[in-house]
Amino acid sequence: MSATTLTETPQQADRAKTIYEKSVPGRRAAQLPPLGEGINETPIDELIPAHLLREQPAELPEVSEPEIIRHYNRLSRRNFDLDTGFYPLGSCTMKYNPRLNERVAGLPGHAKLHPATDPSDAQGALQLMYLLQESLSEITGLPTVSLQPSAGSQGELAGLLLTRAYHDDQGRNPTKVLTPDTAHGTNPASVTMAGYEVVKVATNEQGGVDVEDLKSKIDDDVACLMLTNPNTLGVFDENIAEISSLVHDAGGLLYYDGANLNAIMGQARPGDMGFDIVHVNLHKSFSQPHGGGGPGAGPIAVSGRVEPFIPRPQVVRNEIGDEVFFDLDYDRPKSIGRLRGFQGNFGVFVRSLAYILSLGGDGLSEASRLAVLNANYLKQRLSEGRAGKYLPVAFDRHCMHEFVLSGAPMKKDLGIKTLDLAKRLLDFGFHPPTVYFPLLVDEALMVEPVETEAKSDLDAFAEAIESILEEAEGDATVAQNAPYTTPVRRLDEVGATRKPVIRQQIA
Amino acid sequence: MAGYTPATASDQAEMLAAIGVSSIDELFEQIPADIRLNRELDLEDGMSESEVYRFLAGLADMNLDAERIPSFLGAGMYDHYVPAIVDAITSRSEFLTPYTPYQPEVSQGGLQVMFEFQTAMSEITGLPVSNAGLYEGPSAAASAAYLAMGQTGRTGLVASRGLHPHSRETLATHAVGFGATLTEVGLEGGLTSADELEAAVSEETAAVFLQNPNFLGAVEDIAALGEAVKARGAMLIVQVDPMTLGILRPPGECGADIAYGDGQPLGNRLDFGGPSFGFFCAREEYLRKMPGRIAGETTDVDGRRGFVLTLQTREQHIRREKATSNICTAQALNSLAGMVHLAWLGKQGFVELGELLARRTAYARGLVGSLDGYELLHDAPVVREFAVRSDRPVDELLPLGDQADGPAPRLPVYPLGRDYPEYEDCFLVAITENRSVDEIGWLAHMLEHAQAGWGEHIHDHDHEGNPVAGALR
Ligand SMILES: Cc1ncc(COP(=O)(O)O)c(C=O)c1O
Repeated sequence: MSATTLTETPQQADRAKTIYEKSVPGRRAAQLPPLGEGINETPIDELIPAHLLREQPAELPEVSEPEIIRHYNRLSRRNFDLDTGFYPLGSCTMKYNPRLNERVAGLPGHAKLHPATDPSDAQGALQLMYLLQESLSEITGLPTVSLQPSAGSQGELAGLLLTRAYHDDQGRNPTKVLTPDTAHGTNPASVTMAGYEVVKVATNEQGGVDVEDLKSKIDDDVACLMLTNPNTLGVFDENIAEISSLVHDAGGLLYYDGANLNAIMGQARPGDMGFDIVHVNLHKSFSQPHGGGGPGAGPIAVSGRVEPFIPRPQVVRNEIGDEVFFDLDYDRPKSIGRLRGFQGNFGVFVRSLAYILSLGGDGLSEASRLAVLNANYLKQRLSEGRAGKYLPVAFDRHCMHEFVLSGAPMKKDLGIKTLDLAKRLLDFGFHPPTVYFPLLVDEALMVEPVETEAKSDLDAFAEAIESILEEAEGDATVAQNAPYTTPVRRLDEVGATRKPVIRQQIA
Repeated sequence: MAGYTPATASDQAEMLAAIGVSSIDELFEQIPADIRLNRELDLEDGMSESEVYRFLAGLADMNLDAERIPSFLGAGMYDHYVPAIVDAITSRSEFLTPYTPYQPEVSQGGLQVMFEFQTAMSEITGLPVSNAGLYEGPSAAASAAYLAMGQTGRTGLVASRGLHPHSRETLATHAVGFGATLTEVGLEGGLTSADELEAAVSEETAAVFLQNPNFLGAVEDIAALGEAVKARGAMLIVQVDPMTLGILRPPGECGADIAYGDGQPLGNRLDFGGPSFGFFCAREEYLRKMPGRIAGETTDVDGRRGFVLTLQTREQHIRREKATSNICTAQALNSLAGMVHLAWLGKQGFVELGELLARRTAYARGLVGSLDGYELLHDAPVVREFAVRSDRPVDELLPLGDQADGPAPRLPVYPLGRDYPEYEDCFLVAITENRSVDEIGWLAHMLEHAQAGWGEHIHDHDHEGNPVAGALR
């Protein structure tokens, strides 16, 4: 996208007015239906005792409908979005969101179906969920899928509670969970919430798990090892078979963080690598739009020995005579129970199944192949010229679907930090990569170009980086003070934390 | 296979040449051969857009949704009218397709929406701080428990049986990980038993969970129940239905430390259960222990007003195993839908809708309660949902017609038996502004037939254009 889309004239600078600041007493948008013939306008305090009632109306904005539309449309223009620009945010798989998926998710049969509808009147919805379970089972190489978790991190927590239930069932109570130092923050946070202790495992020179370090930390107190493979460095851990048997031999389970599944669909499957539990982020590999921070969904796939413990209810396919009936099975005595209400983020399931049906097995496989091709090509482009000099690839080898650069030389030689480069990229009309993650790499930039981007976009991105570095060789302050063309420039985040203003004060 | 990937054969050849490999396969050689799949995935071949549409529309058509039958199902999710502007705004690419606002300079739209949302949720709950949203209701209960345990250093959780069964079950699931114990408090006359509550709360209790209106639709006296909770130094946590807060006393004025709930009634469609959003509001002192994203106001280097994600040192990406929550991707788009709906209702409409619900519900409750074979489960005050006891077993009651000619559609009311064995013969009826007087009349008519047995009724009526056929759109 061109940077100017987000630029505003000085006259438009009041864009940051909130809807509350546009409120005028007496204005309104809603017109409600009449109460209905025969229904009395009984005073509310005759229906509900006065002491249980609200005395003052809540302060909500008083605005007309055209003002609401204008307000939020104007706000929307202060956002950078995937539909208008390259968004190589590492670990987030910002792939194109097919509009067909929105259309089918919006059909009344899906969108207006109440979650407590009797299964006999929701056969289409249950069949849809069943088909998605089956598809994800095949893609992950594990026999059973629960669609319930709301996102990756809830899938992780579910997986860890499954781990606990599994060990408990065997009369064991191990206390530790191993995670590599490259793990995403949700992994250790989930471990604590599941009542386990985090034990960190070091990374070796190739970017994989340091097997010697792992060996020294494995004992029968290890409940589980959580791993992302390819990991957050974009590196596939080729010792996975050995790692897997080390953990299994000690009685532990293997958890696969599926955030990076987009690298390996149809190429390799976590189940075949020895993992017992996998979460899949439907908002990453399976094209659910990211929505400015969700919704997503984080289904889990599990091996046979973990199956008895999965959340309930589970969608099942029953055959009664020659009739097929899809049902919700609550009768799962060893289940860990529920992570959330009802059956999960069904609207997300519709979109993801639409995506899987559109691509098919061969298409999913091709998507991963092209994601890996794009990543290696962009990595190659960025190992040339100034990028190669100032932004070396951490763990330089063929990558999978993403790779990590280190801005350390850039910081040392040019005096610009990864943050400065990221901010300057905004002026060039690109969303920056993920920055300062993984923690292992100094001044990290994590780049994930995804399969839905054209070569020309990758080239343009590489050229932008080259230009920024060239510019910085001449004058580092340009990047240091960037951005210039965005609706606001660098914001005072420290001040925001010191004296938090997190809501509008209403006079 | 769909055309979602631009790379042509010649693009691919150029890219491979630049990388210095001869095929894409070579890039995958880093995966050891013995764990490569080496076959196609066993899935159907890709389909054209029109085929996928037709297939999924076919599945949608098998569902009896709220446009095809008047739905009186509630239990936390309601068939409200979602104004057209909600769809118009949430389908804009600029809201639909970005991710979490990690780069605030180009995410002011999303961040400001969060700030407005926080203000609105804080206003309707009467609590000073709000986050930018969580996944949904029951998991927000678990987040609240986590906060309360950290805050009080205690491990006991107490929940009224008036709390949504999904919230209780979610709490029980998480309690295993949190190292907490969960005790339930029974209901009396539809309301949380004050005596049982008092007996259940001790110096070990971290928090007490109540719901208002409770699962049976009854409006609780939260302030009165809360006294026993406060006396023991436990936290008072209340799950609320946001759509009732136009008329009900907000939890913040009833002594609640935390109020949370499911945002579905605000601007979100039913979607067979999700995605909707969770909200989470609290007293000021818990600000730095809140779960999830929070947007804050600040200024840029030129002194212009702007918004950022703030207090991030609570969060998993910084604090890792010490984070206040593991949440990362939340349900921001659904919170936006909620905000737009609230702006559309506005200060007056929000009250009017609450009043409309209370009056229509009183009417429907009176009507259903007077039918032969039915009685009200409780006579506590209600806003939008009520519980009914039936002489005939609920299972037999619900099929609309005898099932001689194959399965009949079910009357869309919520049977209580699965969640409450003690109310096996009861069901819930929920009312929204979408349920007209005529539809309420249809419900009463169906319930009458259902109690008496269908016999020839349904056939007789069919010939005369009966209300079943008429209502099943
Ligand atoms: C590697 C990794 N693990 C876990 C997660 C958590 O997933 P979610 O945001 O869906 O909770 C993410 C992404 O955000 C991730 O990149």
